[in-house]
Amino acid sequence: MGVNNMKIIELKHVKKVYDDGFVALNDINLEIESGKFYSLLGPSGSGKSTILRIIAGFSRPTEGEVYFDGKDITDLDPAKRQINTVFQNYALFPHLNVFENVAFGLKIKKMPLNEIKPLVKEALHTVRLDGYANREISELSGGQQQRVAIARAIVNKPKVLLLDESLSALDKRLRKEMQFELRAIQEKLGITFIFVTHDQEEALSMSDEIFVLNDGKIEQNGTPVDIYDEPINNFVARFIGDSNILPGRMIKDFEVEFANKRFQCADAGMKPNERVEIVIRPEDLDITEPEKGKLVVIAKTQLFLGDHFEIKALDSDENEWLIHSTNGCELNEPIGLFFDPEDIHVMRKHESQEDFDARLESYEGERDE
Amino acid sequence: MSNRNKILFMIPYLLWIILFVILPILLILWYSLTNQSQQFTLANFELFFHNGTFLKMMLNSFWYAFLITFVTLLVSYPAAYFLTKMKNQQIWLLLIILPTWINLLLKAYAFIGILSNSGLANQFLQLFGIGPVNILFTDFSFIFVATYIEIPFMILPIYNAIKEINPVIIQASEDLGASKWQTFKYVLWPLSWSGVESGIQAIFIPSLSLFMLTRLIGGNRVITLGTAIEEYFLTTMNWNMGATIGVVLIILMVAVMLLTGSKIKRKKVDL
Repeated sequence: MGVNNMKIIELKHVKKVYDDGFVALNDINLEIESGKFYSLLGPSGSGKSTILRIIAGFSRPTEGEVYFDGKDITDLDPAKRQINTVFQNYALFPHLNVFENVAFGLKIKKMPLNEIKPLVKEALHTVRLDGYANREISELSGGQQQRVAIARAIVNKPKVLLLDESLSALDKRLRKEMQFELRAIQEKLGITFIFVTHDQEEALSMSDEIFVLNDGKIEQNGTPVDIYDEPINNFVARFIGDSNILPGRMIKDFEVEFANKRFQCADAGMKPNERVEIVIRPEDLDITEPEKGKLVVIAKTQLFLGDHFEIKALDSDENEWLIHSTNGCELNEPIGLFFDPEDIHVMRKHESQEDFDARLESYEGERDE
Repeated sequence: MSNRNKILFMIPYLLWIILFVILPILLILWYSLTNQSQQFTLANFELFFHNGTFLKMMLNSFWYAFLITFVTLLVSYPAAYFLTKMKNQQIWLLLIILPTWINLLLKAYAFIGILSNSGLANQFLQLFGIGPVNILFTDFSFIFVATYIEIPFMILPIYNAIKEINPVIIQASEDLGASKWQTFKYVLWPLSWSGVESGIQAIFIPSLSLFMLTRLIGGNRVITLGTAIEEYFLTTMNWNMGATIGVVLIILMVAVMLLTGSKIKRKKVDL
């Protein structure tokens, strides 16, 4: 599969205001390249499903334009778009069997039956449902219905496949399985997937690129690693994974103060003494003896979660620290916390993605010199 | 609940159905198979199927019942569809149900007033210098009034059936490239068929035996099996022939029910 960086979908200044005055989307600008797996990630009401509905054509933006392959499709009917959707609760046709469901889009195009059959067979093979053609929908499990919904969409060979919270109705194990499978299907077909989810784990594990949404705005977009390691603000840091967020002060480039101590860090490009927030991921904190730690805290609770311990501890300023550690510790005894300068991530307040990217570029270039 | 209790609860309805459904049907069957001196005979049925008048009446009944059902469906389906999209659906539903609370005879007489030569309809036509036109006692007025009376019984089951369709399924059809017409043909219609089917059964079957409207609005020009039964029981007092027509009617009704209720077997595909 060749990854070409062709822009396939573009949203320009898209705004959606509902009749009751609710602003679902506020000036959304995004670009989708062909052949990649995207996730729109956000809490409910963040506007992620509205973006999907606008791309599919079920909803018209109040302002702004939608482009597909360079053409303005803002007012085009959903039936005329080379985009197919896998709906949240699958929305399979209950009066049709598996074959008829998958063949629906081809039959609509008046394709003869002898041409439809091999295409349906191939699509069912892709979703690993060989031999299910004559089953009734009501005879299928949730996971199998999910696969039929995917087959029904991909059989039309769309350029873009939209998936609306498509895994949320499945149990946890099946969901994990389908995550791998979806990714495999996307790579096999080489078409663009846009996956809407509120589950950060799902988004992180499958996507090439994630858009994090909140209150009708894109908070941050980037690769899963970018977003996890360099969250742009408090919302993204809290929403993606667990995190320790503390108020701090940037003393100068590569030096930050929090919890009444100064630490070396990997961030720069801010004003001296600027008020900032710092993020340290719980798995980046290592437990050592108190004298070897950069910080001394007292463990208050400890939960064993199978593959790690989740420890909650307090420092001398009563800041709570969340620690994920493979080793347990004694409760109510001082322990040392150790972390590297790279584990401290500094966030400015109200920084836009452009400024954030520009700042990162400026000092990362500087350090390389 | 124990089996004995279940039977106990069923007794009132069982009694009802035996006394008022099964026994009368057996009685009708008995009358149809005997002559006036209570001897067993198939002569009544022979007469029915060999005498062109009865067969013509049967065809007539079918034709009018079909017309009434068809026109009712034509009016009701779009109405039911748009009803599911309306605000304040409860109020609209109430307005549709309201006329059914008025006695049928009363409604028939009201229409006689409206459709007569000096009635509202002709007064309106005269504003344009037309008429008076003879509206009452025509096929048109008969079907018009029958349709008016049956519409609520068609709208309600269709409304309920459409209401049960998940709107996302309609979106899925459009998403797969179907036009509005294709979505109707392949998705909306088959999924609302259960409602259409109950509507047809609720209207077609009783329409086969309409007799009051044929007299009052159709002016006795429309002769159906219903009018014939009335004639035989009340005027000529030939209960045996009346019962024979009744039996034929019951068989026709069962046939209609089986026909509308039958499911088409799906063809298996080999991939």
